[in-house]
Order: sequence, then C-alpha cells, then structure tokens
Amino acid sequence: MKVLVPVKRVLDYNLKVRVKPDGSGVDLSNLKMSINPFCEIAIEEAVRMKEGGGGHAKDSATEVVAVSIGPEQSQETLRNALAIGADRGILVKADGEVEPLAVAKILKGVIDAEKPDLVILGKQAIDDDNNATAQMLAALLDWPQATFASKIVLAGSKATVTREVDGGLQTLDIDLPAIISTDLRLNEPRYASLPNIMKAKKKPIDVKAPSDYGVDTAPRLKTIKTTEPGKRQAGIKVKTPAELVGKLKEAGVI
Amino acid sequence: MAVLVIAEHDNTSVKDMTNKVVTAAKAMGAEVDVLVAGSNAGSAAAAAAKIDGVRKVLHADGATLAKQMAEPLEALIVPLMSGYDAVLFPASTTGKNAAPRVAAKLDVMQVSGVIGVEGADTFVRPIYAGNAIITVKDEQSKKVLVVQPTAFKAAGNGGSTSVETIAAPAGPFKSAFVSEEMAKSDRPELTAAKRIVSGGRALGSSEEFHKVLEPLADKLGAAVGASRAAVDAGYAPNDYQVGQTGKVVAPELYVAIGISGAIQHLAGMKDSKVIVAINKDEDAPIFQVADYGLVADYKTAVPELMEELTKAGL
Repeated sequence: MKVLVPVKRVLDYNLKVRVKPDGSGVDLSNLKMSINPFCEIAIEEAVRMKEGGGGHAKDSATEVVAVSIGPEQSQETLRNALAIGADRGILVKADGEVEPLAVAKILKGVIDAEKPDLVILGKQAIDDDNNATAQMLAALLDWPQATFASKIVLAGSKATVTREVDGGLQTLDIDLPAIISTDLRLNEPRYASLPNIMKAKKKPIDVKAPSDYGVDTAPRLKTIKTTEPGKRQAGIKVKTPAELVGKLKEAGVI
Repeated sequence: MAVLVIAEHDNTSVKDMTNKVVTAAKAMGAEVDVLVAGSNAGSAAAAAAKIDGVRKVLHADGATLAKQMAEPLEALIVPLMSGYDAVLFPASTTGKNAAPRVAAKLDVMQVSGVIGVEGADTFVRPIYAGNAIITVKDEQSKKVLVVQPTAFKAAGNGGSTSVETIAAPAGPFKSAFVSEEMAKSDRPELTAAKRIVSGGRALGSSEEFHKVLEPLADKLGAAVGASRAAVDAGYAPNDYQVGQTGKVVAPELYVAIGISGAIQHLAGMKDSKVIVAINKDEDAPIFQVADYGLVADYKTAVPELMEELTKAGL
C-alpha cells in the first residue's frame, strides 16, 4: 500500500506571530519555520504503517511519499518528513498564500499521478487555522473521509478509524482509497535521529509547479485588513480563596 | 439574497449554536432558511421552526443522515445550493467535517472560523490561534462559511414557521458508521456551559485532574475543561480540550487551575466574561488575561475555595 502525506511549512509552534503595524498582514521575517504539528503526526503514522508500530503490521505501507506545496524553503519541511521515515518527497513550488482549495486541487493532481491507497493529512495548519484541505481533497476525488483521527486500524481494502468528535469518539469504516486527517492524540511523533537526518539528505525530492497540474493558485478570498486581537486587561491579584469568592459575588458570576 | 443555515442537532432537539449561526446569517442581510438533516428528527425540525427570523425550515430525514456524516451531507446540501447565495455551518466537529466538502464541490474557498459578519460579503476571522484577526472579502458567487457560534448572540425561540420536507440522499456511501462512545456526564456541555473549571499540566496525573476539578465543577454547576498540555499528558480526554486545536468557549466564569496560559489555550477562552486563574507561578501568562488571579498551589487553594463556596451558600 502506498501512502501519501502532504506536509505544510508554518511558523514554529512555540512562536508568537507579529501583526505588521500598517495592518497589511503578519510579519514572519527572521522567525523560525517548522513542519505543521498535525502534519508531523500524519507522517509519523504513515511511517509506523511501514515500519510496524502503533498497532500496524510491518509493511502495511510499502512506500510513504511526502508532498509539500510552498516556497523553495519547503524543501526543509520535506527533509524533516524524510528524516522521520518518508521514502521520497515532491515539492510543488508556489510562492505566496495558497488557499486550501488550490492546495486540494494540486494534491488531486499529485494523487492522479501517484495513485496512493491512502492519504493522511493534518487536520489543520496552525497558521491559517482553516481545517479544510483534507475534506476538500476527499470531495474532489469523491473519496470517503475520516477526519480528526485518534486511531487507525487497517484491514485489507478498508480502514477503521476512530474520530475525535464533540462529546466523545466516533468510529467509522471507510473504503480505501480514502482521506484521513489527524488529531492530536493519534500518535506522538519521534525525534528524528542524526543518522536519519543525514540519510534524509540523500532521499530524492521531485520539484513541480502548480501549472504542472493545471491549477491556478490565485486566492479567492481577499484579506483587506489584519489586526491585533482585542487585548484583555489583566485584572487584580487576590490573596486568599475567601477574597476570591467575595470578588466573584461582587461580579455576579456566582 | 437567501442563505441556508445547517442546524446542529441530535435528532431530538436543536442545539443553541444553531440560534447563534442564525444571528450571523441575519447579519448578512439575507433571508434565512435552516436545514435539519437527520433521522427521525421531526422534533428537531419543529424546534428549528421556532427560531426567530427564520423564513422556513427544510427537513431531510433518512437513515443515511442518522449520524450526519460528511458524504451524505455533501450529497444533500450541494444540490440545494442552486437556491442559495451562501451556506453557514456551525464550527462543531460535524460542521467542520462537512463544510469543506460542500465548498470544494461548489468550487468555493470557504471562510473558516467566522467571528464577525460585516455585511453580505465581508467576514472577520482569527488566524494564528487568534493572535491575528483578519477581515476578508468574499466575492465568490456562492459562499461557504463556518461560523464560530460563541462570537454571536443566540436568536430567540419565539417564532413559528413552516417545515418543508425534502428527500434524504439514498447512498450508498463509501463510509459507514460503526460505533460511538459518548462521554456520559451530568455536567453541562463544554461549549454551552455558563461556568467552566479547567485544569492544566500542573495537576500531574489523570487521577489528580479528576479528583481536584470534578468536585469544584459540581459545586459550581460547571463543565470541566483542560489545556492541550493536560490532554497531551493523558490527564483528560481530547474533547475536554479548550484552545486553538480544541474547543472555543466563552462562559460567564472560567476558572483556570494549574494552567500556564499558552497562546493556543488563551485563543480558546479569552472571550470568557470573568476569568479566574489559580497558579503557583506568579509569572504564568494566564495572569495577564485573568480578572482575578490567585498565586497559590492548587493543592491548598482548591480545598479552601470549596470551603468558601460552601460558606457562600453554594
């Protein structure tokens, strides 16, 4: 089984974004960029399917292909995926913002060429917070989807996926080929070892362009303003639980 | 102009977030219809017909819609869109699951996490876990919006409009429901709760998390929430998670216990009316958003707080 995993280069999880003073966008210059955490979970799961682990039999996946759509530097994100254990990478070079709809169309092109049996994506990128690409891709392919996965069990031409839904867990059977998006608790990604980081440098990365798939990446939505969120004023420190209860009574919330 | 709101419901009743999305839809200056897609969901459809300002309710009923899965919802909603300029989903897991499928089929880029409606084509949404807020213009001829319900006031339930029955999609679909495991709790649901008691990594273990937070939550009639760190550490299930990657809440009272206040957590609770933080680290960022901060070890502070609440008649 071939597994395809799209990965996105985003602002590092631990950093706080700055809004440009003129409201024209956010300033990412000189800030560390990393693989989107949910994409990292997706790569980890695919590699476990290959290596055997996380409940998957060894060789459940025979090949893991990582794809990234973004600027030249997304090569680094792909190398990160290769260091975790993906076999090869595809970089679809695109500068500027590429919306989930265009990403899904490009990925459909990649999938038509690569013919994977399973595509695992992060449920959401932590920059634009859209939570849309996996579902859009499933619709464009007319494939079934299981989003927000916390457990995947492969069984022949099907996968049984447990999903994190409001109020609990839901389990679905989906026919392969299918789209799965990862939630936080699916797995805990490994730290890539130095030998694997070195090995990753030798793994092949194909470079493509959106036009290779006939996709126009011009954004559909126009951002007209970017602002700082409204600041909440820090309140007061209370000394004792008794004082706290008094304040809460005054505020009328208890 | 007419828009369609997808109701959040459990086949019996309509959740309050539906009323909130109706408010967002009305702010677009449009006629608002509500779709109730379910199985044996007649009483939910009847409840939706009471929401103020709704033109009519569409009710699709069938076995394929019992669990409101993404594929049947797509098959149902996409053809309906010939009669609407926009469709609005609540940002529930059901809404987030289905909306992008509908959008892609309509060749539309959706607007996710809408927290403000400034007319028929201009929407406000957070990015970067709420650390930046963008205003976007959507000039596509059809629009697909996923609305953050906590950002809107609920429309009332004083109306009465007609319910029109429409056909459910027949299938078959390539995904099948197997089972579900819903948390059974007498406590209010996190996104609807007026009070929330939330715990962080400082609680140290799952046993401690439940032992400390649950009695306090029950005393306050509150829901229990958790930070991502506490969920990651396995102290609490993921559906407790408040934050960018979990639930966005805005209760009247939010009590954060042993939560440091990472950016991604603040994104999920900073619109709460009153925030209380109890943390022994006086430099914890949570104190920068808390109305009332208590620098103390929760181990002593929470039992004392319980006592004081009892004295206060709770």
